[in-house]
Amino acid sequence: MLYRDGDPIADTRAPQGPLETRWERRRFSSRLVNPANRRKLTVAVVGTGLAGGSAAATLGELGYNVLSFCYQDSPRRAHSIAAQGGINAAKNYAGDGDSVHRLFHDTIKGGDFRSRESNVHRLAEVSTSIIDQCVAQGVPFAREYGGLLDTRSFGGAQVSRTFYARGQTGQQLLLGAYQALARQIHAGTVRSHPRTEMLDLVISDGRARGVVVRDLVTGEITTHLADAVVLATGGYGNVFHLSTNAKGCNTTAIWRAHKRGALFANPCYTQIHPTCIPVSGDHQSKLTLMSESLRNDGRVWVPLQAGDGRAASQIPEAERDYYLERMYPSFGNLVPRDIASRAAKAVCDAGRGVGPGGLGVYLDFADAISRLGRDAVAARYGNLFEMYQRITDEDPYQVPMRIYPAVHYTMGGLWVDYDLRSTIPGLFVIGEANFSDHGANRLGASALMQGLADGYFVLPAVIGDYLADGPFDAVDANAVDEAEDGVREMIDTLLSIDGDRTAESFHRELGRLMWDLCGMERSEEGLRKALELIPSLREEFWRRVKVTGTGSELNQALEKAGRVADFLELAELMCVDALHRTESCGGHFRVESQTPEGDARRDDERFSYVAAWEFTGVGEPPVLHREELSFEAVRPTVRSYK
Amino acid sequence: MKYRVRVWRQAGPTAPGRLVEYEIDDVTADMSFLEMLDVLNERLQLAGEDPVAFDHDCREGICGACGVMIDGVAHGPGKATTTCQLHMRQFDPADPIVVEPWRAAPFPVVRDLVVDRSALDRVIESGGYISTRAGAAPDAHALPVPKLDADTAFEAAACIGCGACVAACPNGSSMLFTAAKATHLGVLPQGQPERYTRARNMVEAQDDLGFGGCTLTGECTAVCPKGIPLTAIARLNRDVLSDAMRSA
Repeated sequence: MLYRDGDPIADTRAPQGPLETRWERRRFSSRLVNPANRRKLTVAVVGTGLAGGSAAATLGELGYNVLSFCYQDSPRRAHSIAAQGGINAAKNYAGDGDSVHRLFHDTIKGGDFRSRESNVHRLAEVSTSIIDQCVAQGVPFAREYGGLLDTRSFGGAQVSRTFYARGQTGQQLLLGAYQALARQIHAGTVRSHPRTEMLDLVISDGRARGVVVRDLVTGEITTHLADAVVLATGGYGNVFHLSTNAKGCNTTAIWRAHKRGALFANPCYTQIHPTCIPVSGDHQSKLTLMSESLRNDGRVWVPLQAGDGRAASQIPEAERDYYLERMYPSFGNLVPRDIASRAAKAVCDAGRGVGPGGLGVYLDFADAISRLGRDAVAARYGNLFEMYQRITDEDPYQVPMRIYPAVHYTMGGLWVDYDLRSTIPGLFVIGEANFSDHGANRLGASALMQGLADGYFVLPAVIGDYLADGPFDAVDANAVDEAEDGVREMIDTLLSIDGDRTAESFHRELGRLMWDLCGMERSEEGLRKALELIPSLREEFWRRVKVTGTGSELNQALEKAGRVADFLELAELMCVDALHRTESCGGHFRVESQTPEGDARRDDERFSYVAAWEFTGVGEPPVLHREELSFEAVRPTVRSYK
Repeated sequence: MKYRVRVWRQAGPTAPGRLVEYEIDDVTADMSFLEMLDVLNERLQLAGEDPVAFDHDCREGICGACGVMIDGVAHGPGKATTTCQLHMRQFDPADPIVVEPWRAAPFPVVRDLVVDRSALDRVIESGGYISTRAGAAPDAHALPVPKLDADTAFEAAACIGCGACVAACPNGSSMLFTAAKATHLGVLPQGQPERYTRARNMVEAQDDLGFGGCTLTGECTAVCPKGIPLTAIARLNRDVLSDAMRSA
């Protein structure tokens, strides 16, 4: 048995009535906590990326007593920092017809009609405030000579609504949040715990009441109690081993919360980014993204003939296939990510790929350089070109870049309602760690928007309604002991196996398996095979893993092993989810469900729902709770970018 | 290719440290420097030895986590680069590569190549921000910013906080780091109200934290992965001086 059916999710707590006024009404209906009482309430925020950093800072500004945790040595290093391209906002500063409704519409469509209208509309509304907030903080967005903000276009949109800071937008936004956080640390409202990893959630009297953490320097296991816990720990793309995520990104916090009862929604929705630097060998430790913004000016092509071994410059124009422009004339090179990725895979599978192993397509700037001049291209993409040259030893001003899709983002995550509450009372989940706003595919420049929307504006506005019932009763000491004992036991077990394989080698094997069988294309046969292989790999891990050192010191091998152990469990749920969803939608492409032209075929009759999974035990069939999606403002159609 | 590396091994903050030489086979030119260390660590673990601890995360030159002295140079050979962006094609297999942690009094060694750089966070906490609250901002277009100022702010804001400037400085000064933040915020109109107190508070904080004084040797900017210019320091000095004259 793959899974069991459970009760549907009846209530998402979204306000009723006209879509446009729901958020306003929620802000009014949400109870407030008076300033004197906020001091008595503690909120633990795990993760310091755009969502966690901005949430901790804002809750601190409001006067709550905030505990902030991150595994990095400084909150400034969370992986949001690596986001390159930009952040969407419905400012319509370009005067090109943008509006809140259009951003809402593009995001619903981009997500292939698998996200909630209420949430997405709120995101579009809040987007404009984010830009105001960041500018006030001193985020140095790109500007025009008149002193006003510049914007550019991103995939899946026909307007120019993406604000950016060269190719380092994530860095600049994160430093804005980090500085706001630093101000609160200085003011004493936030206590910062860097190099600290959350390893379990404490639940007392049915409520999330704290986190069990390991001090990564001393190895000490401690519990931090709180009145509410916020997880902002990012996505789980590293289940594929090779991804554009940072090496440390992991699923541990959300997975262990899932094991404590939080439902995990749409785990199979993963985003494969079309423009990454191809793999160069077995030693590869991570993949590097080349920003989607490059598709504004770069043209994607492959040779017309399979097996054409000539250098790019030797291939005449007539023998090139600009396949995105050919297949999708109205969006051209700016089709959404899922479509661009699959098209790249299709041409490579047809033997027309370029570079080592034929796993690459060209992204060519020759036209842009002759049209705009080298300097203008350098001003837009200079740092990206430099990064590319450093890694590949090739000069993209002279020869086209070679790119190939890579895992980049996970749309799935812990299930949350309209108020960002998970199914465990008192546990809130924000940013990439939740599933809420991107449906089956996220549009470019929308992750930064969602992270900051949740952290600066949404969570601070809704958390009060929960905390108004606090401070809560004393935490059951047994609950703390039980959670801490579990954590210590797992660490002791990992250290005692003393096998003959490193955690890294298991991670690599799991990643390859997931990429092959649960990656860009999924089939029933492949997924069933994965569901046989994963449990046996997990069994082997617990028999053969070798972790050196002890638990009471800085031990990076131990950190890694714990994270891989969780990935080995999550991978199975991803495959179950992918297998049960026999339709194709967004980033989830089932070979059995495609049009004669090879496009994704959705099945709204059967699958217009969020799949929220309940944990029942490792290797046990999970229970499926369906949240039906209904569309009032946008009618689901076949997503066409032709 | 085969490489020899001499790596600083130190079990803990107070333990004695020493350079240990390792030979690493099967290194390819396309391998990054950190991937070479990954290969070494995989081998050490299988042999039951502790792997070399080093900080790293994004491995694309932006998070600022990585950073070691390679043959005595912060972030090693190559201009404007982080350790994670080095590739083995930049190294000659004939010579051993010496790898050591950042060395500066305010950056105590935690283990092997890992140091504690939290003093840099304390500097930012002392004033490296613009005081604003979420929800209180005027429309982003209410205040135009001349493009040149925005560009200057951006270039300074590109600092990744890796600490290479401190490690390279003969005085162990964090002046370039602090000046980058003072410049980023100090040239923007939004940053004017706190400009001078910000500069003073951050400089006082770095002094209190045990960073050395700046004598403008320029070693910092030579190794800075983001090319933060020395003019940032001049700008910070001017703000500190202005502050002193204002409060005099």
